[in-house]
Amino acid sequence: MRALDLDYMLGLVPVILGYVPLTLFMAVVAMACALVLASLLAVERVVRVPGLDWLVVLFISFFRGTPLLVQLFLFYYGLPQVIGFLTQINGVTAAIMGLTLHFSAYMAEAIRAAITGVDRSQWEAAQSIGMTQGQMMRRIVLPQAARIAAPTLVNYFIDMIKGTSLAFTLGVTEMMGATQKEASGSFLYFEAFLVVAILYWIIVETLNQGQKQLETHLNKAYAR
Amino acid sequence: MIRVRGLTKRFDGTAVLDGIDLDIADGERVVVIGPSGTGKSTLLRCLNFLDRPNAGTIEIGDVSVDAAKATKRDILALRRATSFVFQNYALFANKTAKENIMEALVTVHDRPRDEAERRALEVLGETGLAEKADSYPAALSGGQQQRVGIGRAMAIGADLMLFDEPTSALDPEWVGEVLDLMRRVAEQRQTMLIVTHEMQFAREIADRVVFMEGGRIVEEGPPQEVLEAPRDERLRRFLRRVS
Repeated sequence: MRALDLDYMLGLVPVILGYVPLTLFMAVVAMACALVLASLLAVERVVRVPGLDWLVVLFISFFRGTPLLVQLFLFYYGLPQVIGFLTQINGVTAAIMGLTLHFSAYMAEAIRAAITGVDRSQWEAAQSIGMTQGQMMRRIVLPQAARIAAPTLVNYFIDMIKGTSLAFTLGVTEMMGATQKEASGSFLYFEAFLVVAILYWIIVETLNQGQKQLETHLNKAYAR
Repeated sequence: MIRVRGLTKRFDGTAVLDGIDLDIADGERVVVIGPSGTGKSTLLRCLNFLDRPNAGTIEIGDVSVDAAKATKRDILALRRATSFVFQNYALFANKTAKENIMEALVTVHDRPRDEAERRALEVLGETGLAEKADSYPAALSGGQQQRVGIGRAMAIGADLMLFDEPTSALDPEWVGEVLDLMRRVAEQRQTMLIVTHEMQFAREIADRVVFMEGGRIVEEGPPQEVLEAPRDERLRRFLRRVS
């Protein structure tokens, strides 16, 4: 048992912090894309477009049923061998695509459940004033479903931030990749990975605080 | 002018509406009474396709729909020619009182926002809820919610307003204020079709009372005839029970 090299750890913090923007960039872009895709998938699951439904079921089943790491490898190393134009794709783009598809499958289920949780009377009121299906979804049902789904979606966002660490396996130097490089230079693996673990932890805890404020905001309309 | 012919609705093979014929003149106020489970609510819900009728024709103003072959466009046209007041209010939970009233004007009828807002505030004034314009439904009492619900239905100036037992879900203390508001709507000669158990109210404001049983219209006429001198035995039995 040896003492921790605290000076080394403190010196490492600013180095890894420099890669926080890339980590957050991947997570935020993937989350935004996944929210849009998941909403579309969820609405389809609720209204059941004939001929499309089985495809959506298959998509959700595949991306929930296989590991994220396998999906990332399939995208980055596998697909370019089959589909030519994908050879241009870089690690960051591949990671964002993989995270988007993977998490949209999970989030679609959460949003679908939230949509069915919106009271039936809200649908009928929207129909009674002559809204089209799309207007009803956009203006009445989805905003109310968002409140129900918000805590779950924030959890997925947290998972996604942690999931970006897998991008280092695609050669992306983000927080995890940078730490790996530093550690293999200094051989102080424990110190290096402890620092990066603590930094991830701080980011996630900050988000948890944000979640509480988001919930207060979303519950504003429902306070008695 | 509203003209309904042969309106039929079956749930699992049972006819809940069994060929309803009903004409309503412009400005006429019609109250539907009858035992529960006789299709009164279903009649209202079929008129705007919240429940899809199996057969029959519906004409409201210049909209004419054959239930058997109604398209999406027909259904939207019918819903835009009518407005609906729900038993459980069904205000949009994510919108304020004012936004609830503006929603149909802006989203469905393409009115400019500022015009819709003026109209919403005007209607809220008529319902006596001007100071609640920015309150969300959850912060309103049942009576206030239902008054906003009626305001939402008033604002669009529909050819026909449908009221589905608007006071049945209310605590007794709020019934009076909702009936008062409906009286004021009736005074404006708005065409109304009202399902209610409030017999005194029916007597006061109805031009015609329709008694339904078993999915059919059994007897109809001016309130003094139907309520004071009922001919049909089933109607007499019903009136004895509710009075």
